[in-house]
Amino acid sequence: MLESTKESLKLEAMKRVVGLIARGKNASELFPAVVKNVASKNIELKKLVYVYLVRYAEEQQDLALLSISTFQRALKDPNQLIRASALRVLSSIRVPIIVPIMMLAIKEAATDLSPYVRKTAAHAIQKLYSLDPDQKEHLVEVIEKLLKDKSTLVAGSVVMAFEEVCPERIDLIHKNYRKLCNLLMDVEEWGQVVIINMLTRYARTQFVSPWRQDGVFEENSEKAFYDSDEEKKEGAAQTKPYVMDPDHRLLLRNTKPLLQSRNTAVVMSVAQLYWHLAPKHEVSVVTKSLVRLLRSHREVQYVVLQNIATMSIQRKGMFEPFMKSFYVRSTDATHIKTLKLEILTNLANEANISTILREFQTYVKSQDKAFAAATIQAIGRCATNISEITDACLNGLVLLLSNRDETVVAESVVVIKKLLQTQPSQHSDIIKHMAKLRVPVPMARASILWLIGEYCEHVPRIAPDVLRKMAKTFTSEEDIVKLQTVNLAAKLYLTNSKQTKLLTQYILNLGKYDQNYDIRDRTRFIRQLIVPNEKSGALSKYARRILLAPKPAPVLQSAFKDRDRFQLGTLSHTLNSKATGYLELSDWPDVAPDQSVRNVEVAKEWAPGVSKTKPAKSDDDKFYSDSGEEEEAEGSDSGSSSGGSEDSSDSSSGGKLWARMCARGRFMSLNSSSSEVIHVVHCFCLSRLFPVQVSSPVFVPVRPHELLHRMTGKGLAAQYHFPRQPCIYGDHMVSVQLTFNNHGDHALEDIHISEKTSTGQSIHCFRPIERLEPEASVTVSVGVDFNDSTQAASFQLCSKTERFSVSIQPAVGELLLPVTMTEQDFSREQGKLVGMNESSATITMAPETVSSQPVSKKVVSVANVGVVPSGQDNVFAAKLVSSGTLVLVCVVQKDSSAQLTVNTERTVVGSMLLRELQTALSSAP
Amino acid sequence: MIHSLFLINNAGDIFLEKHWKSVISRSVCDYFFEAQDKAGEPDNVSPVIRTPHHYLINIYREKIFFVSVIQTEVPPLFVIEFLHRVAEMFQDYFGECSEVAIKDNVVIVYELLEEMLDNGFPLATESNILKELIKPPTILRSMVNTITGSSNVGETLPTGQLSTIPWRRAGVKYTNNEAYFDVVEEIDAILDKSGTTVFAEIQGVIDACVKLSGMPDLTLSFMNPRLLDDVSFHPCVRFKRWESERVLSFIPPDGNFRLMSYHVNAQNLVAIPVYVRQNINFFETGSSGRVDITVGPKQTMGKTVENVIVTIHMPKVVLSANLTATQGTYTYDPVTKILVWDIGKLNQQKLPNLKGSLSLQSGAPKPEENPSLNIDLKIQQLAISGLKVNRLDMYVEKYKPFKGVKYVTKAGKFQVLTVPSHV
Repeated sequence: MLESTKESLKLEAMKRVVGLIARGKNASELFPAVVKNVASKNIELKKLVYVYLVRYAEEQQDLALLSISTFQRALKDPNQLIRASALRVLSSIRVPIIVPIMMLAIKEAATDLSPYVRKTAAHAIQKLYSLDPDQKEHLVEVIEKLLKDKSTLVAGSVVMAFEEVCPERIDLIHKNYRKLCNLLMDVEEWGQVVIINMLTRYARTQFVSPWRQDGVFEENSEKAFYDSDEEKKEGAAQTKPYVMDPDHRLLLRNTKPLLQSRNTAVVMSVAQLYWHLAPKHEVSVVTKSLVRLLRSHREVQYVVLQNIATMSIQRKGMFEPFMKSFYVRSTDATHIKTLKLEILTNLANEANISTILREFQTYVKSQDKAFAAATIQAIGRCATNISEITDACLNGLVLLLSNRDETVVAESVVVIKKLLQTQPSQHSDIIKHMAKLRVPVPMARASILWLIGEYCEHVPRIAPDVLRKMAKTFTSEEDIVKLQTVNLAAKLYLTNSKQTKLLTQYILNLGKYDQNYDIRDRTRFIRQLIVPNEKSGALSKYARRILLAPKPAPVLQSAFKDRDRFQLGTLSHTLNSKATGYLELSDWPDVAPDQSVRNVEVAKEWAPGVSKTKPAKSDDDKFYSDSGEEEEAEGSDSGSSSGGSEDSSDSSSGGKLWARMCARGRFMSLNSSSSEVIHVVHCFCLSRLFPVQVSSPVFVPVRPHELLHRMTGKGLAAQYHFPRQPCIYGDHMVSVQLTFNNHGDHALEDIHISEKTSTGQSIHCFRPIERLEPEASVTVSVGVDFNDSTQAASFQLCSKTERFSVSIQPAVGELLLPVTMTEQDFSREQGKLVGMNESSATITMAPETVSSQPVSKKVVSVANVGVVPSGQDNVFAAKLVSSGTLVLVCVVQKDSSAQLTVNTERTVVGSMLLRELQTALSSAP
Repeated sequence: MIHSLFLINNAGDIFLEKHWKSVISRSVCDYFFEAQDKAGEPDNVSPVIRTPHHYLINIYREKIFFVSVIQTEVPPLFVIEFLHRVAEMFQDYFGECSEVAIKDNVVIVYELLEEMLDNGFPLATESNILKELIKPPTILRSMVNTITGSSNVGETLPTGQLSTIPWRRAGVKYTNNEAYFDVVEEIDAILDKSGTTVFAEIQGVIDACVKLSGMPDLTLSFMNPRLLDDVSFHPCVRFKRWESERVLSFIPPDGNFRLMSYHVNAQNLVAIPVYVRQNINFFETGSSGRVDITVGPKQTMGKTVENVIVTIHMPKVVLSANLTATQGTYTYDPVTKILVWDIGKLNQQKLPNLKGSLSLQSGAPKPEENPSLNIDLKIQQLAISGLKVNRLDMYVEKYKPFKGVKYVTKAGKFQVLTVPSHV
């Protein structure tokens, strides 16, 4: 069927082949037939062939090479999905011969315009590295390049590649650290996990410890935890004050919201970041989120509980308020129950122990006997940790000795034994009590016998009696009990030989002829050791020291005690052993390395004096701000402050110029009617500066956007719209009209803009509005230099009493000014802007839009462009306000579809504009 | 990261395998089977298993083990979370996540897995994107495809993949624009014999079904947002606005999704909607026992309690039950030892009661532990915490959508202990 000429038959055949692969059957003999179809037009067939290729190429390397040329061709395809999938498959074919081809493809894809292809390139880096580690050097170069990428899509993947290929090259992160922190909110969830883990490691090498030097891990006790704030202050007064690096703070601040993520892995990674990096008193913010994760699937619970168990050893206070969340339910799986028990034990202190013990008593009755046994051990641990309750616990455990279940009894005896070992002298009555018990479980009987033997001096009267009883039933006992009886006999013989000499000999004789050779051996050994005769020699002198040596009490401690050597949330932590590829978390450095390495030079964002004479900026400058815009466009949606920290370094120098321009602006009256006059003046000015003439904008209905809602503005509402006039305040500014309404019931006074923008754009403010009566409204205009980027300009709107943070979000189409040119000029300019500078798309238009009139209407409604008079096509021209770069738009219609082309040097603006136009044109009017 | 995935059914058959890097022999699963044997019940299998060369991270869902093979260090939750997403995606595509469904759609499953991971790193996990790349199977579509020869696979990159809102597909169009929100709350509680609350808390979720055209920007506000103690959101929710204004502002994904889950502040007393009077005794002699259970409404805020089901895991020695129920029906399964009493609607006037005797295995000692009762219930039109949606506003788009909010309260892990608590 694969050889068939019919596509549908081939597809059917391929589906069956994939079915075979899925079931793990070998389908490799079909390779030649399948590989022929790699160039198929049918995309589904093609994908299935890809699946097959990736699976079997390693086995059939020679034949696989036949397909390579197809991929190379596909790498140049205009469709980004095809480019990306070609790269994916090419890099997944594990054939060493094509390493150079892969390398080339990766390098090319890393500079691709589509972030999706760049993301694929980041994945391909890891694949190539695992195929041929010798390529590392080149790959690191690509990684370095991709780390600079500002797309949120790429960030996660490239950091993953970084972790895999060159985790030791921490120097590559410096310049990108702040960017990564700021982008974090918008990266997809899987990328967030990887980035957070990487940043945790990074921060541990770059910042000094926020924990007090004298007591890094001394906050076991609750008191220290709650008082840490005060103590910190005291400590600060004595030693040099600790000031947190702003970058360190940035990381903590930007990761905190992610605790609310629905993805449990993200929450866990933020939690571990706080655990490893935050000052002690801030760590507890993660508690609630971790407890929330316990509502999730069983497997998630398992991992989270393990981490909580480790945390709770060091910091009881963190989880104590949530103790009830760790109560065991009868429906929990056994390993979950055990972990919860572990945590409850860790949390136990004097205050809550009675509640915990009560809970434990219920557990002991559980039908799950393994769990009941674990509970008894937990009680034992509580008893040793908290001396006040040791007696109560012992009594409780002794009661359990009468339990019908063997495991419970055995476990209690064992735990009692351990507890008694720590303080035997005070508890001879318990030993006596135990001696009187008739316990059916051999293990427990053995433990009791051992106890009596060990502490026979504390119970001198009972011990021989017990031995007498045991001697009676010796033959019918289990082996383990017999051994302990022999031990008991020997110990008694040494301490109290008068009373027990005969009994001991009787038992030794019984043991001598026992069926079990262990017991026979033991008997023989004991006899030689304790009964002095001519053959025994020197050893018997030491018998007492051998048998009655003081034995160290067993330490009852958490199994999670030493887990903190691993980074929380890692596989190694879960397994409690180092997994392959585990990267150690380094200790804090004593002195922080130079923090200026993280500084990024900010490109000159606004330089009016310069650009007046030089309309075009230099090339590399442009490249930088271009990629910046892309990030901002993507970042702006979810309201993150991307790029917010990159303070523009030139704001102070710009400030002076700024003041001058403000002064000039004050001469002109501020209402819109007079701006028309100025507009004319301005057109004149501009025409001298630019080779193209600015034309008046096509009229479109005003589309107001909300700046400040009346609820948030406490009565003051503000809207803004783009009047599409050249700005009167500066050549590089977009004019924006603000309309204020007073919905409140009292007049507002002195409404003005505080001059500083938080995002670095310069704004020409309006003259302060002295008074705005209730229900009155006033319109003012301002100029904003967006620097040709769609990043929102944020500033503070102040009234006499209040301050509101607001932001103006420009659409890309509003960053333009229409220009007039002839059709010849247009095609000449267009000819210059091809290749990289051209972005185009085919769209299907709604039938209503087919005639040319609505098309131009739609285009101008989206973007402030001027119509170029032309024969048949819809042609538009504009320039960017700030840089003056030309933007050319062309719509060529063919029936119901249309070819949309945007040409501009600013590729990012081009693609954004293209996207907007696309949506506008393809939707119905 | 994730190297390979094996799907294993309860009988221990590996019915699907997929490798994202070089092929790993399925014999690696033997370690898993070993652990499974040791654990006994599927729930007890440890999620992380170590083998000499690999690490196996597995989840158990819908009677299927998803076993992934890992070679290097990776956060285990990362893998676990991803595997659950895979299971959810199957559910989403095929309506159920079962062995039969997966086997029937093996090609789509394979295409999906191919898109979801690249080199073991998640590539696209948003259902809206995947559905544009690979269309879910419907009877109509498969018929059309066989006739026209068109395929299930999208040809262009979904626009969502490139934007900052990957969860929403572009160009959504509906003739009826509607947005429904279900506020579902679950009460987790442990009551002791006397009816006192040992432990109670409310966990809630807001599930949404949004079918709106274009790119709507929604804002959902609550009457009493202070009730919410701990929340987690779908990535679409703008966190900053929640922090400053306590409103949910978001551009929703298309279709069904979970908007948020929350926890209600435990300090507020949790209203317990029912009370249970019960008496379960086992007699030392005569190998029998007695059961007497009455269920009645307590704090229901005037709403009817429905779907009440009482489940009891009896001790092993209970052979059979001879009971009479004044309302509803009861069943006792002598194999699993589970007694289920399906009551239905709670009647205010005549309280349902279940009474009768149990016969025990003769000669066996009387069970030492009294079984606890698990209660299931449902209250329509009520969120037990008192949470209320204030309003839903839509921006950007012009049309008027149809909006609806539904409240349901359910019992989560609601247990009544039959042993007196040790106060």
